[in-house]
Amino acid sequence: MESGDLAWVLVSAALVLFMTPGLALFYGGMDRGRNVLNMLMMNFYCLLIVPVLWVIAGFSLAQTPFDNGFIGNFDSFFLKDITTAGDGGALATVAFLGMFAVITPALISGAVADRMKFSAWALFVPIWLFLVFVPVFKWVYGGWLFDRGSIDFAGGTAIHVNAGIAALAAVMVLGARKSDPSPPHSLPLVMIGTGILWFGWFGFNAGSALAANGQAAQAFMNTFLAAAAAGLAWLLVEWKRDGHPTTLGAASGVVAGLVAITPAAGYVSGPAPIVIGLVAGVVCCYAVRLKRKFGYDDALDVVGVHFVGGLVGSLLIGFFANPSFFDGEFDEGIFYGGGGKLLLEQVIANVAAIVWSFVITYLIMIVLKKTIGVRVSAEAESNGLDLSEHGETAYHSGS
Amino acid sequence: MKLITAIVKPYKLDDVKEALKAAGVVGITVTEVRGFGRQGGHTETYRGAEYKIDFLPKVKLEILADAPDVDRIVDVIAAAANTGKIGDGKIWITDVETVIRVRTGETGASAI
Repeated sequence: MESGDLAWVLVSAALVLFMTPGLALFYGGMDRGRNVLNMLMMNFYCLLIVPVLWVIAGFSLAQTPFDNGFIGNFDSFFLKDITTAGDGGALATVAFLGMFAVITPALISGAVADRMKFSAWALFVPIWLFLVFVPVFKWVYGGWLFDRGSIDFAGGTAIHVNAGIAALAAVMVLGARKSDPSPPHSLPLVMIGTGILWFGWFGFNAGSALAANGQAAQAFMNTFLAAAAAGLAWLLVEWKRDGHPTTLGAASGVVAGLVAITPAAGYVSGPAPIVIGLVAGVVCCYAVRLKRKFGYDDALDVVGVHFVGGLVGSLLIGFFANPSFFDGEFDEGIFYGGGGKLLLEQVIANVAAIVWSFVITYLIMIVLKKTIGVRVSAEAESNGLDLSEHGETAYHSGS
Repeated sequence: MKLITAIVKPYKLDDVKEALKAAGVVGITVTEVRGFGRQGGHTETYRGAEYKIDFLPKVKLEILADAPDVDRIVDVIAAAANTGKIGDGKIWITDVETVIRVRTGETGASAI
């Protein structure tokens, strides 16, 4: 790796790390005041456990060797043979990808908010990392879905669709919260979290070029535009539909746009990011209402924003992918004369990820439910998880 | 001695405070409270879901006063807190048996 590329990958890795605290604030502000610390901790826990597991065996199973179809092996156990001898590019890449491994299970925390036992979460994250994140990541990056020709620039399928559908499976086992949903306890926290997410997402998407080049610059620009367009779209829909342009709507739209552009960031150009953002903003603004129609309690809309947004972006690649612009080795989308082949591969890749993630996540949750239990007591739920799970209080009055 | 308790709109607190100071009141205790009266609550919409907010933020003022001053103080509060719209609040008066100043141990009207 050239020194300029190495510098960009290292900076990007730090940017992606910052997304997890950003996500924690985004979710934490939306949550109840009595559960905000639990929400922050579910996210921070991913920052503690995942890096260690990633270095021990996660990276090896997810990427070594690159061309294994379904799962890697233990050749890079404890990063054996990955050294800084030479240019450091391999090590920087391990770190960069490790940040993705951190935030993917963290995304699920928003769905299980307000009632999941922290001990169950503490076991869920490492098990889910190895049984769901690692194999799906492998299939998408170097494995069989990659070989078939599907593309996923920074993790629409491998991260957002994967975590989004896992969130649905998790809440189906966990069950609904006992008390009625409540409005966000701190929208300023939500807005700060959104800002941090957007900032960090430049590393997520533009860093995924793994080089400081034109593709990185285009991915950067796409990240900028899609988020803005989606925020605008969500705001306009709810202004017309519900009567007010809300801060939560703007924040939700921005995140939906960031999710949707993630798989496409290095493959589309021109007006495509704006179109992808607008579509994601409108679709996700309606998708967050599906939970009430279908009766699953996805507390903070992980399904409506991450699953649906990721799917929208991943499928729109089938229309907008433009390899000649990037001088890239991937198929053209329908709008660039590629016919439906790429779209079909995008569908296959997402169906594969959805089926695996949903089934395995469901089974993990069932096993946890039958063994240690996944829910806090009814009393803990009404008193708040900050106190029952962590022995802390976020907001002391009179201090 | 009387205790005057007033519930007013939070943004009228400064007006009420200034009016009371101008009227010679030397002490006020203020609490941020939530509640509803005839005004009821309101609804807020987040991600397309409506939430009924029953308890609206209000400010509660408590003022100890010697009986002859009560009517004047009540008038001052009512004038300063009035917007003419629903939700302006309420004022009520209760009897107080005695008052003790912590620092000196004075009791009764001289402790106000």
